[in-house]
Parts: sequence; C-alpha cells; structure tokens
Amino acid sequence: MDFFLLEAVANAGGAIGAGLGAVGAGIGIGQIGKGAVEAIARQPEALNDIRSNMILTAALVEGVALFAVIVGFLAMVL
Amino acid sequence: MGAAFSLILLLFFNTSFAGQNEDSIVKKTEKIFDANEVIFGHIYDAHEFHFFSYKTGGKEHPVSVYLPVILYSPQRGLSAFMSSSFEHGEKAVKGYALLTDHNIEKWKLDSKKFRAGQIVAVNESGEPDLNVKIYDFSLTRNVVQMFIALALLVWVMLVIAKKYNKEEGVKTAPKGIQGFMEPIIIFIRDDVAKPNLNHKYEKYLPYIQTVFFFILINSLVGLIPGTANVAGNIAFTMLLALISFVVIIFSSNRHYWKHIFWPPVPHGVKPILIPVELLGIFTKPFALMIRLFANMVAGHIIIICLISLIFIFGALNKIVGYAVSPFSVAFVIFIYFIEILVAFLQAYIFAMLTAVFIGQAFESPHHDEKVHI
Repeated sequence: MDFFLLEAVANAGGAIGAGLGAVGAGIGIGQIGKGAVEAIARQPEALNDIRSNMILTAALVEGVALFAVIVGFLAMVL
Repeated sequence: MGAAFSLILLLFFNTSFAGQNEDSIVKKTEKIFDANEVIFGHIYDAHEFHFFSYKTGGKEHPVSVYLPVILYSPQRGLSAFMSSSFEHGEKAVKGYALLTDHNIEKWKLDSKKFRAGQIVAVNESGEPDLNVKIYDFSLTRNVVQMFIALALLVWVMLVIAKKYNKEEGVKTAPKGIQGFMEPIIIFIRDDVAKPNLNHKYEKYLPYIQTVFFFILINSLVGLIPGTANVAGNIAFTMLLALISFVVIIFSSNRHYWKHIFWPPVPHGVKPILIPVELLGIFTKPFALMIRLFANMVAGHIIIICLISLIFIFGALNKIVGYAVSPFSVAFVIFIYFIEILVAFLQAYIFAMLTAVFIGQAFESPHHDEKVHI
C-alpha cells in the first residue's frame, strides 16, 4: 500500500481508538458518579468513605482509558 | 540556605543572554507558526531552560538558562561542557553535535529515531557518525528541576520538623507553612495510610508521605511557566512505579502468592485465572506509571494548545488572532486551576493506590476459602 495512505490509516486508527477509549471511560466514570451521588443522597453521613472509594474507582477506570490513549498514540507514532 | 543556593546556581548555570553574544541564530526563512514543534519542544527533555525568544533585525535571540552536558561513549570516553557552546545546533563541540529539526533534515537522519534536542557524535567533517554510541548523563532540565523541587521539599519539611521539635504548633494552632502542610500530612495519614494499611500503617507511612509530596511538588513546580515537564516524563513516573512495585513485592506474604499461583476457584478456571493474576502483578505498577504520565502530559498539552490557538489564528489573520486571545487566555487560566487540582489529585491517587496495593499484598485471609469452592 502507498506509504502515506498507510500512515493516514494508522493515524485514523489511533485517533478512533483513543476516542472509543474515551467513550468507555466516560460511561464508566458516569456510572461511578451516579452511584456515588445516589449513595450520598441516601446516606450523607457516609460521605467521606463514599468519596474516597469513588475517586479510587474512577482512577482505576481512567487508567484503562489512558492505556487506550497511549496505545492510540503509539499507533500514530510507531 | 539562600547563599548556598545562589552558589549552586552560579556553579551550574551559565546564564547567558544570547542578545549580548553575536552568535545567535539567524532565522532561515519566515516560518509559519508550528504548533507541533512548540508542543513537543515543551514535552520533551532539553539541555536548557528556554524561556522566550525575541527578535531584532530578523535575528532570533533566545533567552535561556544553559545546563551542563555530560556524555560518555566507549570509544571517546567522558566529556563534559556547557550546552551553550552548541549555539543551538550551529556548532559541534568536542566531536558532538546537537540535533535540531534543521540538522535532521540536512543530514537526512531517520526522523523516527532522532528528534530535535538529542546529541549525536560527529566526525571531523561535521557529518554525524552513528557508529559511536553515546550515553547521555547530562544534567538536563528535568534533572535540574527535580533537584530544585526536591531541595524545596526537603527545606519545607525540615522547617516544619524543627517547629514540631520545639513544640511549636503542637498545643497551639500551627502558623504559616506549618498550618498549610499539617492538614495534608494528617489527611494522608488518616485517609490514605490508616484505612488501607491497618495495623502496619506506621511502617509504610514515611514512604506514602514521601511519594505523595514528591509527586505533588514536582507537578506544582512543573506548572510554573518556563519550567520543564518533570511529572509528565515517562522515566520519572516509571521509577516511582518501580519503587512502588518493589515495596509491594517485599511486603507480600504467603497468602498473596497463594492467591496468584493457586487461586481458590474451580480447577477448570485455574488455567485462565493464573495468567491473569500473574499479569496483574505487573499491570498494577504499569497503570500507576501510565496514569501519572498521561495526566500530566495531557494537562500540559491542553495549555500549550490553547496558547498556540492564538498564533494559529494570528497567522491566518491578525485581527482574528487578537480577537481569539482573550478567550484563549481565559481558558488557559481556567485549565491552570484545574491543573493545580489535578496535581493534588494525581499525587493522592498515586499514594492511595500504592497504599491499597501494599495493603493487598500483606493482608491475611479474613474469609473462609470454602465459600468460593
């Protein structure tokens, strides 16, 4: 295949992959936020526990999304 | 302290305003603003702190603090000199040359292997000699900035420690920097270390505190305009993750390894779960590394992109450039505040996850294994 076309396909693939990763992370973190807000509304006294668990889970989800971004970036660069 | 610091500054930095020298770069052609170059010039490491450049009479005068270059090659031995003697890639020094975008093009080097800011060996005629292997031990801007941040952190902590030793702010309310740091230290102890490390928290608290404040100070110093992007350097985050990995491994007990090599699941699932658990040992620190790196880099890129927008629009039309700039600057200030939050948040997450992983490694089984089978 033509070299420039190949590079364009790689760039497009990387960008689309990063975008899909962002979609997944958005859904995941949205669910976490929803759950946390509902839990706080039900039990406001457990705010501190819920908040630290929320940040922790969001960090784990975000980590996976960042893997997607890095892999997308590598698809573009390599 | 101040005197010692200025002495260090004098020893290491040869501040030279290139405007006073005559050998500043002559710009080849009037180039259109290249956002890519600006962004990656900031993200990557460099041999100088470049603050800004100004132009007089078609010449560009960079204002930089130059840092020492220390190179070792098996063929040529050790050599050290100031990066200012490269004159931004114009000159070769002691058989070494600094790559610039212009040089890479001129010497027809592979642009995927070489990038601007790297150092290559050159032969007598000034052509790059790729057979000479170079190990670059330079005090680059990342290294120097990390030392400065570390000195700052140690100084702040020693001041606070001295105050506590004199029993200042123990029975009375803490004042000044002590009052700022104490809630953070207490927060890390009570909300990060204690819930995750339980009875062993005192043993790991110094490490958790150190890792938190080290990441925090490096991210915050990296937000000052003109400084390097230390916390967004993969080598920096990799080393922190590696230390966490070693701490996790050394605090693990029998149950941790039993859960990995012989998990309490039906025998048919074991061939699937054991590789997954084995991979999990490495993905935990790997995720720590990538998370900190990507968050810091992303924040820096967003800020530079927003600043670059002014110049991209300005290159199209001057009036549009002026019209865009207030919005761009307002957004940058907004993102800056977000970045301060992110600096705290990422330091917290790194410390928190390290504590969680260490806690998992030495936790004893508190549930009956029969339940799973």
